[in-house]
Amino acid sequence: MVTEAIDTKTLCGQLRLKVLDLYNQAHAGHIGCSLSCIDIIAASLILRKREQDTFILSKGHAAAALYASLHHLGELTDADLASYYLNGTTLPAHPAPNKHKGIPFATGSLGHGLPIGTGIAKANKLTGENGRVFVLMSDGETNEGTTWEAAHFAMQNQLDNLIILIDKNGLQGFGYTQDVLGDTADPAKWKAIGFDVVEADGHDVQSLTSAIDEVSGRPNGVPKVVVAHTIKGKGVSYMEDRLEWHYLPMTPDQYAQAVDDVTSRYF
Amino acid sequence: MKKYTFTEKKDTRSGFGAGILELGRTNPDVVAMTADLAGSLKLEGFIKEFPERYVQCGIAEANMIGVAAGLTIGGKIPFATTFANFATGRVYDQIRQSVCYSNKNVKICASHAGLTLGEDGATHQILEDLGMMKMLPNMTVINPCDFNQTKAATIAIAEHEGPVYLRFGRPVVPIFTPADQKFEIGKAVILNEGPDVSIFATGHLVWEAIQAGEKLAEEGIEADIINIHTIKPLDEEAILASVKKTGCAVSAEEHMLNGGLGDSVAQVLARNYPAPLEMIGVHDTFGESGTPAQLMEKYGLTADRIVEAVKKAMQRKAA
Repeated sequence: MVTEAIDTKTLCGQLRLKVLDLYNQAHAGHIGCSLSCIDIIAASLILRKREQDTFILSKGHAAAALYASLHHLGELTDADLASYYLNGTTLPAHPAPNKHKGIPFATGSLGHGLPIGTGIAKANKLTGENGRVFVLMSDGETNEGTTWEAAHFAMQNQLDNLIILIDKNGLQGFGYTQDVLGDTADPAKWKAIGFDVVEADGHDVQSLTSAIDEVSGRPNGVPKVVVAHTIKGKGVSYMEDRLEWHYLPMTPDQYAQAVDDVTSRYF
Repeated sequence: MKKYTFTEKKDTRSGFGAGILELGRTNPDVVAMTADLAGSLKLEGFIKEFPERYVQCGIAEANMIGVAAGLTIGGKIPFATTFANFATGRVYDQIRQSVCYSNKNVKICASHAGLTLGEDGATHQILEDLGMMKMLPNMTVINPCDFNQTKAATIAIAEHEGPVYLRFGRPVVPIFTPADQKFEIGKAVILNEGPDVSIFATGHLVWEAIQAGEKLAEEGIEADIINIHTIKPLDEEAILASVKKTGCAVSAEEHMLNGGLGDSVAQVLARNYPAPLEMIGVHDTFGESGTPAQLMEKYGLTADRIVEAVKKAMQRKAA
């Protein structure tokens, strides 16, 4: 188990290098999406998730960030990662269910993770288990109507064991969220429904773990949202806040530069 | 022709209500969910006795399916209930990703299926649900025929590990299957044996098939009448054994021909034992308002149409 004592900056640098390595190996896209949320995954899945807790990556297109983190935790092997994206792999572009303990559900079709996580939180309430459920969503994903169906269900059922983590980088598939459908992840919307809302710096692990600890310390019958302000492509200078890195794979030169960027910034 | 009688008519949805109440008493893991249709799904008894295991999801079916998938973690057995239209077409991606691909132990229980919903009209009369559900890997699809069988099926699916779609309806129909029957998923029920034709019926059309069998017997035609309550996995063995004996078949269902029981029977016959098959069902059209009886007559889902189809199938066999 990783402890607080770890140098979180180094951890986040290591995870980024692993993410870049995976995308380079597969010549695949969604790099910006993974770099945007990797610090949130570090804070929740790696640093705060207990055995009885559940973590769901609802924005399944950032699977490489999840795989790098599960690898860090020892739940995935080097051989698992070597098969990423390949035919026969247990680690496809979007998470496949029931292949690894840490991935019980298929995600990547957006708007599914929150209803699922809400159901797990409800199950924990029914059985009296004290497990928390972390659901990591993207801000663009909150366009999906199931977000708001699940949000009201969580309120009505007083699921204070549900912690939604929103990767709010302001960009979605083909544009700025403001331009596509407006800011559907606006903290004011969650507050209006009644959620316990805390905002955090999505690239500051200390800020994120503090936010998680703060909301977890309020068993007040109210579900939680941590709105994490992030930058798409964070850590690689030429990818930051650039829409095209939602999809583009890296050339060998771009990969080398990305590794240099992360190495100089995080180590 | 074996004689089938009834003393009472009830709706199949009430069979579901009775089944889930019994499950509540015998299986503490069973959870009843609804998208604000508790009354229509006959959940009152369950809710009264087990309010802590009742989950109201509001008019938000997609979330209900996702929550059901999540509830299975830790061993709960969620029965997610609403009208068949909203239980399938409206939430197909939720069922596909969160339930079937993720292979979770969710029971989707759907009432008001088919034309017999009646006056509510085409918006609610889903005729494609069996097709959509049977196409999904890991999904079991069940369409029982009367109150007793629906109750027995409801109880049986709790024992089955994996996703299930259980379809039933609104109108009162004769109760002709035994109250004490053991429901075996995937095992067809042979209601009558005869050498001339095989009639494969499901749901509300099973009673029509029995009526057709009586009319045919008066003309000296004895039919195999087989209740295919499980659309998937299909009892291919029973279908082939029957058609190898009779040499021709009729399928009957309250569903679109595309994707329904007849379509499944056709595949089995084409692959294994090609034989004339006539199909009773809805031909690529939406429903409309009307009484259940009017609609079943208009769309040809009656005993008389089954009789005609049998004669056609037998002529084709002889040709």
